[in-house]
Amino acid sequence: MSKITGIAEIIQQAQSASSPELIIDAVPYARLLGMRSVYEPDDEGGALIFHLPPKKSNVGNPTLPALHGGAIGGFMEMAATIHVLMSMDVVKVPRVVDFSIDYVRAGRYEDTWASCSVVRQGNKLVNVAIQTWQQDRDASIATARAHFLIE
Amino acid sequence: MADIEKLRKLCKLMVSANPGDHFHALDMRFTRLEEGKVLAELPYSESIVGNPETGVIHGGALTALLDTCSGFAAISALDDLAICPTMDLRVDYMRAAEPHKPVFASAEAYRVTRQVVFCRGVAYQDDINNPVAHCVANFIRLDPEVSAKMTQMIEPFLEGIE
Repeated sequence: MSKITGIAEIIQQAQSASSPELIIDAVPYARLLGMRSVYEPDDEGGALIFHLPPKKSNVGNPTLPALHGGAIGGFMEMAATIHVLMSMDVVKVPRVVDFSIDYVRAGRYEDTWASCSVVRQGNKLVNVAIQTWQQDRDASIATARAHFLIE
Repeated sequence: MADIEKLRKLCKLMVSANPGDHFHALDMRFTRLEEGKVLAELPYSESIVGNPETGVIHGGALTALLDTCSGFAAISALDDLAICPTMDLRVDYMRAAEPHKPVFASAEAYRVTRQVVFCRGVAYQDDINNPVAHCVANFIRLDPEVSAKMTQMIEPFLEGIE
């Protein structure tokens, strides 16, 4: 079996090219969710946001229809991981220690977005807040926070 | 308490009714249902890998497993056959799941109040005392009229389920 390009190398490429999509494409779970990323123009050269286009394999309740809470949580956790990699000088995949999510609205079967912010970065530990919304950015469907260990 | 036989059928309906949905994508299975307690299994699959170098599955797949398992535990603790939406969920990751092995989940509803069902769960592989993750999850109870209506709506669908 030929060795795939090391994940550390992919992370470095993604960081130097400001291209988080390289990481998404290398992670099977991110591909399963079908998530993407974009830089929204802002005053500081672009804010990274994540996009989860509607995909049947993320549906949990066919009658509404609504996204599976686990798919929303997975999307947010993956977004936070990539956000950490893109905003810090680390090349090892951060290890999630805990993840806490509040579901505040049903996630409809439509475009879903997430943005992350680093609340606190210590030597070992990073605290990340994650917001997720659909049509209305001011109406979150879920908020979450995660702790990661970095090296 | 819920009728366990109907509950088993409801779980089966939920995980199988919509081919290609998230239950199918993760291939989650429910192996045991009791009043207030549910066991589930998440087979290993390349598609849920979070670190392609180590083959370790992503925490998100465990979140989905624990959310679903706890959600069914919540339903199993109620008299009506009604789905409870997740209010919040916290997962603590104790260690990375070993690749190429299934992850099991066990969840229980440990307190039921008029408005909320409080659940906790654990994900493990070989030994429940050496867990991969722990979770606490709270679920909202629907209003009695809504849940009675939901039971009525669900029951005809259960007739065709073995």
